Amino acid sequence: MDNKLEQIVQALQEKFKAQGEEFRGEAHVLVGAGQIVEVLTWLRDQQNFELLSAMTAVDYCPQEEPRFHVVYQLTSVANNLSLMLRIPVNGDKPEVPTATGVFGNAIWREREIWDMFGVRFAGHPDPRRILMPPDWEGHPLRKDYPLGYEEPQFTFNFEEIDLRKPYAKE
Amino acid sequence: MGIEQKLGNMGVVTTTLEGVVNWSRTRAMWPMLFGLACCAIEMMSAQAPNYDMSRFGMELMRASPRQSDLMIVAGRVSRKMGPVLRRLYDQMPEPKWVLAMGDCASCGGVFNNYAIYQGVDEVVPVDVYVAGCPPRPEALIHGVMTLYEKVKSEKFRDLAAKA
Repeated sequence: MDNKLEQIVQALQEKFKAQGEEFRGEAHVLVGAGQIVEVLTWLRDQQNFELLSAMTAVDYCPQEEPRFHVVYQLTSVANNLSLMLRIPVNGDKPEVPTATGVFGNAIWREREIWDMFGVRFAGHPDPRRILMPPDWEGHPLRKDYPLGYEEPQFTFNFEEIDLRKPYAKE
Repeated sequence: MGIEQKLGNMGVVTTTLEGVVNWSRTRAMWPMLFGLACCAIEMMSAQAPNYDMSRFGMELMRASPRQSDLMIVAGRVSRKMGPVLRRLYDQMPEPKWVLAMGDCASCGGVFNNYAIYQGVDEVVPVDVYVAGCPPRPEALIHGVMTLYEKVKSEKFRDLAAKA
């Protein structure tokens, strides 16, 4: 890890009782859901991490509990550093405070995480689906969501699949 | 051939009403721009000077569905886009045809999942399917010529039965 990044991770560990880890040269820090807004504000104001480059979520079901990790990738353009924050969230009624107050571009990323994973963001100004149609049920990127594929029509099963396909008539 | 020569000299052509109507429909069929994804690039290049489609009557592509005859669905249609596609199709005046361009519009293509319609014929009735990912401009022009053959063989009694 970079020297400067080391120091920042150390500071995070002391100040917020976060847990820093490293994997293949990338530093990531596990933070609790309640502290995330404080941590982001501190990193943005004090440590010059002006840019939230990426925000996404991962579903570790059924291997790991807690099930979701909400991942924030922060970049410091001034110091050329990159840091990842992760929030472990439980599976039933997952909820995280919103980061839109700190980083403006989090607004659509949080909508995408809500749409694809079902993680609610408390205080989000515009909580609606962004990729799927507004009346869609379910959260597609969860591991227990069915793939939703259609059986390929070969010659031997052409007719039976053809009968089931919803063709539009006029 | 005597009478036709005589009439030709006088500047008269005899034909059937169906023939004339179908001929005029094929000679100036204006497509509606419905380029959704990568196939749109091939549609544009088919319209461009190298593989000119205005030789075949598609002089210009109309953005407005009210002024177009043919809807070339070029690209994948997602579940969110389906109602929009259907609404634009409903806004086109008769006679109208639909050409499904590319694999995604014909059968879902490489995207066999919950978010993409497996073939645009789940939303609108399709007349001609053009295969390819993306189809070459020559393949699209071949699809258009096939559609012209289909239009030329349309009979009034079928249209009357439909109405």
